[in-house]
Amino acid sequence: MRALARHISALGALRAGFQWSPSGLGLVPALTLLAMLGPVCAGLLCTFLPAFGILPAAGLSTPSLDPIAALLDWPGLGAALRLSLTTGLLATALSLAIVTLTLAGWHGSGPFRMLERLLSPLLSVPHAATAFGFAFLIAPSGWLSRLASPLTGWDRPPDLLIVQDPWGLTLTAGLVVKEVPFLLLMALAALGQVDTRRRIRVAQALGYNRIAAWLKTVFPAVYSQIRLPVYVVLAYSMSVVDVAMILGPSTPPTLSVQIVRWMSDPDLAQRLTAAAAALLQGALVLGALGLWRCGESVVARLGCIWISKGNRGASDPVLRPVGLALGLLTAFVVLAGIAVLAVWSLAGFWAFPDALPQSFDLRSWSRHLPGIVSATGTTVLIAVLATLLALALVLGCLEAEYRSGHSLTRRGLWLIYLPLLVPQTAFLPGLQTLLLSLGADRTLWAVVLAHLVFVLPYVFLSLGDPWRAWDRRNGTVAAALGASEWGVLWRVRLPMLLRPILTTAAVAVAVSVGQYLPTLLVGGGRVPTLTTEAVALASGGDRRAIGVYGVAQTLAVLGPFILALAVPAVVWRNRRGLHV
Amino acid sequence: MTRLATALPLLAALLAPMPVLAADPDPADWDTVLQHARGQTVYWHAWGGSTATNDFIAWIGDQVAEQGVTLEHVKLADTADAVTRVLNERQAGQNDDSAVDMIWINGPNFAAMKEADLLFGPFAENLPNWQFVDVAGKTVQSDFTVPTEGYESPWAMAQVVYMYDSADMDPQPSAEAILKWAQANPGRFTYPQPPDFLGATFLKQTLIELTDNSDTLSKAADDADYAAVTAPLWEYLDALTPVLWRSGSAYPATGPAQLQLLADNEIDLAISFSPGEASTAIANNQLPDTVRTFVLENGTLGNASYVAIPYNSGSKAGAMVVANTLLSPAAQARAQDPAVLGYGTVLDMEALSEPDRAAFEALDLGIATLSPAELGVALPEPHPSWMTRITEDWTRRYGSGK
Repeated sequence: MRALARHISALGALRAGFQWSPSGLGLVPALTLLAMLGPVCAGLLCTFLPAFGILPAAGLSTPSLDPIAALLDWPGLGAALRLSLTTGLLATALSLAIVTLTLAGWHGSGPFRMLERLLSPLLSVPHAATAFGFAFLIAPSGWLSRLASPLTGWDRPPDLLIVQDPWGLTLTAGLVVKEVPFLLLMALAALGQVDTRRRIRVAQALGYNRIAAWLKTVFPAVYSQIRLPVYVVLAYSMSVVDVAMILGPSTPPTLSVQIVRWMSDPDLAQRLTAAAAALLQGALVLGALGLWRCGESVVARLGCIWISKGNRGASDPVLRPVGLALGLLTAFVVLAGIAVLAVWSLAGFWAFPDALPQSFDLRSWSRHLPGIVSATGTTVLIAVLATLLALALVLGCLEAEYRSGHSLTRRGLWLIYLPLLVPQTAFLPGLQTLLLSLGADRTLWAVVLAHLVFVLPYVFLSLGDPWRAWDRRNGTVAAALGASEWGVLWRVRLPMLLRPILTTAAVAVAVSVGQYLPTLLVGGGRVPTLTTEAVALASGGDRRAIGVYGVAQTLAVLGPFILALAVPAVVWRNRRGLHV
Repeated sequence: MTRLATALPLLAALLAPMPVLAADPDPADWDTVLQHARGQTVYWHAWGGSTATNDFIAWIGDQVAEQGVTLEHVKLADTADAVTRVLNERQAGQNDDSAVDMIWINGPNFAAMKEADLLFGPFAENLPNWQFVDVAGKTVQSDFTVPTEGYESPWAMAQVVYMYDSADMDPQPSAEAILKWAQANPGRFTYPQPPDFLGATFLKQTLIELTDNSDTLSKAADDADYAAVTAPLWEYLDALTPVLWRSGSAYPATGPAQLQLLADNEIDLAISFSPGEASTAIANNQLPDTVRTFVLENGTLGNASYVAIPYNSGSKAGAMVVANTLLSPAAQARAQDPAVLGYGTVLDMEALSEPDRAAFEALDLGIATLSPAELGVALPEPHPSWMTRITEDWTRRYGSGK
């Protein structure tokens, strides 16, 4: 209980909570924490016990180390652990490097603004669709190889191991192209809080090159702001399932993929092994985060030496083009991937090495349309419910924070990030067992609540800054004109913040639409969404079907982003001050 | 009067407490089954990786809708998911309304569920359309040597064929010949990664080819025999693996993924468990029209696909209606049409009426499909324990890194 109270105070609403304000607003932060962390903690607990042989539902109540022994007995363990660790660390380091280099060389310039405009579409392509598109681009029988065939003279694809390579390099690359836009978005938000332009101006006045100036004066401030998102990328890359199933090796697969395989084995003993592996996965992510943290201090130490040496940097002519090329390359891969999915969805027969299909038709679309329509209905319903709940909770928290005057502490921020840092494979199996024994699984609401766990942090992160950046004097003026606290909220603050609220809603919908494991495990297969259908079809490998679902998934995410841009423009067409 | 008759069960359900609600419909009393089924929703858990199968299941949904049953296809990536689900439900005490009403099943999954008493039945042989089933000519009453005893109802026959691109190679008569061809053409052959169903089938097919003693395979694998019987298989695979696609360091995940490799001209030879699959895929633009099929001289494995109903389904009557519809001559003829599915029928042509038989005879089986005579006799499946053990062993030898 004391721990809970500490958590509440961490969100800065302790006082409001105990004062029992008539509005009940003070309860919102506690409720939010419960919605966000309750499932994670309960899930972890229900994973912990089976790992030690305790599964009361199956009549197993004597603790034993058999599951752990079974895990250690699996011959692929070493390779799977190494694979999870190297792909995770490498993908995170590369993504961060690309984002840093692009920002350092080009932030504020014309080409960068183009990249910035591409961000929403890039973010809205779901991971699984990106992975498919990427796989088809670079496979020996893929698009690039087909386009190059007139030069290479290939009439059959070369027998090269590119996709599914045992070192996980393709998997790493696939993760990088998807994580760069995410980190870029996070870094852009952080840049707004660091006085970038003046820092750079001072450094450049002292004769520093652009990149050196940025790295020495802006990067330290930005990194401390995006540290948690970087950790999220690391945890995600190490434990991702759908992308690893498509791009990663299978002899053996990564630990997360193997956990899902064990979870779906009819032999119950394998479930216990899965639980033990889930614990190991959790420990591995924790270890990798620790390793990364050590790396941070080493880099910081070296960075300080580099800064104090005072060399002005001369590598701009090389690094700037490289940064831009890498940034654009990641964007190109995502967009070309979705383009190739669209082509496949319309393709007749398409043989190697033809660059385009022999014919185009709408057959794939017409045969999948009924499935897509019903899956879209469910997907949208879940996304809208989760988004509305999350918005209500987060707005309540932020308003409570505003009224009580306690702002979010660093510890509170960690709590918000917790659901994103704990690997999904570590707590979702336990959560499924728990819900099942309560008889509460496979309902739409259970899925909505499971999605809420992942939607809430993003809503918090996306809405927090614009909310706090709002000029309080608007509220003071309104209050002076006789508006109540609620009146200020409803009639001044919320309307003024319409744009960030809608953008946040679009992000929330995107997060919800992309959820695979929570929907599958909690929904018990009875709640089919575009993503679960797409991944099930993906198991079949029918590229036309994958193309149709990939495009539909992307549209489902892109739609809300377009609305988030269009609605404020229409609503505020006669309020110049509210245009951004 | 009819209205009263339909209202009676409802009334009874309202008046009497649990027992009536929980009572299972009696498969022998088909009229009552039909009454119960009306208004029920059947969640059919079936592998969802094939567009052709998904479309066929949707079509079955339209047929049963006329009998008041709503069919929902739960698209699985792996049939074992549904089995796990039912197992979990029993452990959690969910005994009367499973998430699963029907499963597309056979082999080890059926053996596991039957042994654990997770299935409803016997029901299959009471279905009205059972009268058309070819009990004498097709293996529809034993599933991988395990007697079905009415706990699952057959709906399609499958037999191993090899699909090959006739532009690149000729048919091969035996497993040994395939190895020789693969050594002469490295990188042009692969199979789905076991424990995938089709990959495991390849292992079994090869085992049957290489072993002299097929009697042993029909009994549970015991430790004494296992090493000796499977030794030729591992010897064969040790020779084959280095000349496989990607030198055996990656495998396609599933049958359709393997099909895509054939379409991309990454490989020339692929195994299939459906004699009509190649023709269907050609018709759907998924394979080049130069693909043909062959069977081995000593015959190839054959088995049936079944549907089973979990003991705790809340819509058993509805599920039986679906199982019966799957056995109807119209549905069977549609399934055999290569433009739709290309699955072999389980029905006995002699038992059908003249127009129904004509519908089958009118089917054009497609350019890549062998005639029943060319397919030859299907070899029986080994006991399920063999499949379980050789896939485990395969994973240890070839699937866990070296």
